[in-house]
Amino acid sequence: MFVTNLAILVLAGFVGYAVISKVPNTLHTPLMSGTNAIHGIVVVGGILVLGLSDHLSVFNKVLLVIAIIFGTINVVGGFLVTDRMLEMFKTKPAPEKRDEGES
Amino acid sequence: MSVPLATAFFHKADFIHILYIVAFSMFIYGLSGLTGPRTAVRGNRIAAGGMGVALLATFLYPSMGNWGLIVFGMVIGTIIGVPAARNVKMTAMPQMVALFNGVGGGAVALIAWAEFNESGGYANLKLTFVIPSLFAAIVGSISFWGSNVAFGKLQEILPGRPIGAGKAQQPINLILLVIAVACAIAIASGQTSGLYMGTLLVAAALLGLFVVLPIGGADMPVVISLLNAFTGLSAAATGLALNNTALIVAGMLVGASGSILTRLMAEAMNRSIPSIVAGGFGGGGAVEGAAGAGEHAGSVRSTTAADAAIQMAYARQVVIVPGYGMAVAQAQHAVKELATALEKRGVEVKYAIHPVAGRMPGHMNVLLAEADVPYDQLKEMDDINPEFARTDVALVIGANDVTNPAANTNPQSPIYGMPILNVNEAKSVIVLKRSMNPGFAGIENELYYEPMTSMLFGDAKASVSEITAELAAV
Repeated sequence: MFVTNLAILVLAGFVGYAVISKVPNTLHTPLMSGTNAIHGIVVVGGILVLGLSDHLSVFNKVLLVIAIIFGTINVVGGFLVTDRMLEMFKTKPAPEKRDEGES
Repeated sequence: MSVPLATAFFHKADFIHILYIVAFSMFIYGLSGLTGPRTAVRGNRIAAGGMGVALLATFLYPSMGNWGLIVFGMVIGTIIGVPAARNVKMTAMPQMVALFNGVGGGAVALIAWAEFNESGGYANLKLTFVIPSLFAAIVGSISFWGSNVAFGKLQEILPGRPIGAGKAQQPINLILLVIAVACAIAIASGQTSGLYMGTLLVAAALLGLFVVLPIGGADMPVVISLLNAFTGLSAAATGLALNNTALIVAGMLVGASGSILTRLMAEAMNRSIPSIVAGGFGGGGAVEGAAGAGEHAGSVRSTTAADAAIQMAYARQVVIVPGYGMAVAQAQHAVKELATALEKRGVEVKYAIHPVAGRMPGHMNVLLAEADVPYDQLKEMDDINPEFARTDVALVIGANDVTNPAANTNPQSPIYGMPILNVNEAKSVIVLKRSMNPGFAGIENELYYEPMTSMLFGDAKASVSEITAELAAV
């Protein structure tokens, strides 16, 4: 299982590199806040540990609830703020030569 | 058809894992939408949908409990996150991103810590679980504290200038890293005492603080990108430990994105990533800059808004060079108004965007997009540099180091070799600046002393509005 996951990890790194290399400079801030939101998926990790462990101490429960709060802030805030930013880019009258300088 | 298929899988782990695969596919597909402004909004929403699928899959685990606490955490997180994201000003985006990044890293570290406690110090767990968890604990902790310092600096709660122990900083950081790794090795080889985990987390936290504190404001784009990559990698490590493909893939996507941006930013400053992380940019530069200031003093020419308006009114082409000063003064709307007024007179207006202008990658683009500047007017460095020779007026708004010709001409300068906007090739240059204080890097800008340069002192927003008003009178 671990080796399979490691393979997925390496492949995902390459996929990420390929996809993100194509993002133009103009969109680097939304890219950063969007990927920021995506790493908020750690909230899933927090939920799994909190939800699937039987006898957690109060202290550990507190840690995990904070982790879930943090992760949720990360996800919700990240996607919303990215959406706000991208809307500003969208409302622009789209000029023809948009590919300019996207190298 | 799909309903019986779903029920067949419903109570099996397979179905949950298939949902995770759907989730990470949506992340990848969504991110690929970010390659163009037109598809980007949809892309971001698809990625958000992927997050929903991942959460749904998690809730489907048959033995899932502690629902009250889970819901409580998510509600509180939403209550904090939504207004923050709704109300943040576009000029404050770098600190918002730093903060969101930090909480992500913090969550990773907390999960690793809780698991350590819960399992009695990772006792009897496989190394394939323990090693990724320890990695997540260290890197997540660095990312949390480092991001909070970055937030503090950007929000101006902490001073933007480098803070640190100077030359002693690097050995201290190295020692902290060694301590954290040593604790990790001790835990991995069977030590179960909470003392090791505590020391590991504290050492990593101090490392995060000490690495970011000495970094000057101008290096922020690199730091934010790097911390972003760190949080991504720590999330991927958590995924390895928890055997969760969605976490692995999502974390690696972020890791890749952060790494690419870090490299691009470092290249745009002609600096190696290690040298930025080692800090001291502002420190060394400030001393040399101060020496330079003495030679130049007094030869600056200042101008008035009326003169600037006349110059630009009769120009064929005006290139606007925005920098962090435009963000601080929130001058982007005023700048757009000025550009519109100039265009009405038949002046061609373009914007020169340096990759590290501002405090995060693409910072200027977001601000100008907010002010409705069409993106075909935003020119990247390589496209605009050949144009400066044909430019009548270059209007520099709160940009400093990225216009400093010393980067091309003075091998002694700390920024020598950094690619810059060749503003000094324009026929005339008008610099909007609050005062003659050197920029964040503390380096004197030779541009201000060149004969074709004139300075318009004052708040950037007020100055730009004044020029626009004067323009109507020309």
